Amino acid sequence: MNRIGAVLGVVIAAVLLSPNEGRAATAQENYRLYCVQCHGTGGNGQGINAGGLAVSARDHSSAAEMSKLTDEELHTAIAKGGEAVTKSELMPPWAEVLRAEEIDDLVVHLRKLCKCAVAK
Amino acid sequence: MRNRLLTVARGALLLIVAGGGEGVALDGKAVFAEQCASCHSTTGPAPASFEGVLKRKAPDLFYAGSKFNRDWLLQWIQSPSLIRRSGVMFLNHVVSEGGKDRIKEDTVKSCPSKLKADEAASVTEFLMALKDPKMRTGVVNREKKFSMAQALRLFTKQYPCIGCHAVKVRDKEIGGISGPPLTDAGARLNPDWVYARITDPQYWDPKTWMPKIELSHEKRETLTLFVVAPK
Repeated sequence: MNRIGAVLGVVIAAVLLSPNEGRAATAQENYRLYCVQCHGTGGNGQGINAGGLAVSARDHSSAAEMSKLTDEELHTAIAKGGEAVTKSELMPPWAEVLRAEEIDDLVVHLRKLCKCAVAK
Repeated sequence: MRNRLLTVARGALLLIVAGGGEGVALDGKAVFAEQCASCHSTTGPAPASFEGVLKRKAPDLFYAGSKFNRDWLLQWIQSPSLIRRSGVMFLNHVVSEGGKDRIKEDTVKSCPSKLKADEAASVTEFLMALKDPKMRTGVVNREKKFSMAQALRLFTKQYPCIGCHAVKVRDKEIGGISGPPLTDAGARLNPDWVYARITDPQYWDPKTWMPKIELSHEKRETLTLFVVAPK
C-alpha cells in the first residue's frame, strides 16, 4: 500500500514538474506571442509596432470590420499572410509556425474578440 | 642528476608560462559563470513553451560564436548598452494606455554586468567557441554588391520585416520595435547567422515571434547583405 502511494507520489510529482513541452499552446497564448506585437494587447490594432506600420494592423475588436470576413478568409490570412487575401504584405504568413488546428483555434479566438459572426 | 636537472628546467618553464604577468589568461567560463550566467544560457535549448519564453531573462548565448562578430562582442561586454528596446520579451514590458500599447521603458534594463578588459577577453574567447554545429558558414560574402532599391523593397514592402525591426533609411530610422533593431547589425552580427536566422527563425528559437517565410536564396542573401550593411 505504501509502495503504491510512493509510486503515485512520484508520478504526480513528475507530471507537476514536467515542462509544458508536450502541451499544445492555447489560442490565447498564440495570440499573445505572435499577434499582439502588431494587433495589440486589446486586439484593436494598436500594438507596440503600430507606429512603424505603413498600413495599420486590423482592429480585431471591430465587429463592423471583422464581420465582413469569413472564417475561411481569416484562416487564409493567418496561414498565408495578408497578400493571400489582397491585404497588406506586412501581415506575415504563419503556416510554417502554426499548425492548421492552431490557426482554426485562432479564428475562433478572433470571433470572440470582435464578438461577431460573418455578416450574411 | 640529469633527471633532477630536467625537473628543475620543467619547473622553471612552468613558472614562466604560468607567471607571465599580464599574459595570464582568465578562465572565461568561470568569469561568465560568475557575472553572466544568472541571466544568459550557454547550454540551451531555447525555451519551447510560452511560459518559458516569458521567463527568459536575457538572449540565449549557446550559439554566440555563430551569431556575433568577435570585435563587437569584446567591446560590448565592456560597456553594455541597451539593444532591444522592448526588452528580451515585449510582453513583459507592454502597457496599454488609452487603447494604445507602449513599452514601459523604465522596466527595460540593459545588461548590468560590465566586464574589465581581461575579463572581457576571456569571456569573448569562451563565447566565440560556442558555435552551432549545423550552421552553414561561408554562405554570405558581405562584400558582395547588392541593389539597395531591391533590398528596401523586400524589407519594407514585399515582406513584413520592417513591421518589427528598425532600420535606417536615408538617415531616418523607421520600423517596429518588437524585434531587435538592425541599425548597427553589421557590427554586431555574423552575416552567415543572419542568413540562417532568416531561413529558419524557429531552428534557433522555437517560440520566437519572428515568422518563418519561404524565400529564394537570392532574396535571403539580399536581405542579409542589407541587414549587415550598417555598422
